[in-house]
Amino acid sequence: MATVAEQAAIPIGVWRSDPVHSNVGFAVKHMVVATFRGGFTDFDATLDNDGAEPRLYGAVRVASVDVRDANLNGHLLSPEFFDAERNPEITFTSSEIRAEDGELVVRGRLTIKGVTKEIEARGVIVGPVQHPAGGERIGIDLETVVDRTDFGLNWNAPLPSGGVAVQDEVTLNAHLELAREE
Amino acid sequence: MRMLAISGSLRRGSHNTRLLRVAAGLAPPGVELRLFAGLKDVPPYDEDDDGEPAPDGARRLRRAIADADAILIATPEYNSSLPGQLKNALDWASRPFPNNVLRNKPVAVIGASTGAFGAVWAQAEARKVLAATGARVIDVELPVAGAAAAFEGDRLADAGLQERLAQILEELADAARRRRSEPAVDQPIAA
Repeated sequence: MATVAEQAAIPIGVWRSDPVHSNVGFAVKHMVVATFRGGFTDFDATLDNDGAEPRLYGAVRVASVDVRDANLNGHLLSPEFFDAERNPEITFTSSEIRAEDGELVVRGRLTIKGVTKEIEARGVIVGPVQHPAGGERIGIDLETVVDRTDFGLNWNAPLPSGGVAVQDEVTLNAHLELAREE
Repeated sequence: MRMLAISGSLRRGSHNTRLLRVAAGLAPPGVELRLFAGLKDVPPYDEDDDGEPAPDGARRLRRAIADADAILIATPEYNSSLPGQLKNALDWASRPFPNNVLRNKPVAVIGASTGAFGAVWAQAEARKVLAATGARVIDVELPVAGAAAAFEGDRLADAGLQERLAQILEELADAARRRRSEPAVDQPIAA
């Protein structure tokens, strides 16, 4: 007997991210050969499917960037990278959400460093399930690839062996556990 | 608003110090441009010396930067780059990283040289160094070439360069005002 059904529908209700069991991060090719991952520890996301159209939105506090090195965190927050002083948040607001053949497709407006671009992210939506402590949970995994230079994140360094330190294409990912608002 | 002007040249007859004096005369209303006089007293950077307290020359530099709303640097060009003493001072100012006195501080770089290129490479290298420190580097340059003949009294002989220098000071002041979340002052008053 299946106790958890993977659903291709958008569940009814307002769902808010559980900060402990969710992750928002990025992955980028580093030194040509490796994949470097980092994330943000302070963010929130909401799936609102109580109205006519489902809506997914969220915000990331840039100052919470975490790449496990204080110097590198500092560089990422500086005007040369995210410029957290002038642009304290990264935001996303969906314009269209659809679930088809088990895949979640979300279009919307992503704002990084004050620049807003239309993006499409793909992934899955799973649930709802009952939480032992009460209430319902769903899971959302989403991924998209952006060109960071479109958002003014242009820093780079040429490598003596050829290529550059950090690739322009960056994979953004969100792995969210969301609780239904009572 | 306080701007700190740092000349990368130490000699008494420095063209770059003179360029900063021209800049002082062009400072927007409400902006006070102060020339930093202690560059020569900043010792060679040595992490062993960078404790509590840091050497007097380095403390004086850090305090002057911390007290300023924006920084204007005028650099000569030595061997296609910025002078060692200026780079050394920026190295002191950059520590401890990332929470140093230059962090998010609006900075513009200008420069003069006796050659034909007006210290343009030194300015580019200074901007690169400043960006790495975490400063808010204004994306401008002012190459004052043929410096021996570039000045007429308290102004630049080239009217275009003189105007551009005034614009750079406005841009620097704007960045500092924005940082202080203050409305732009000194708006022209309609008659």
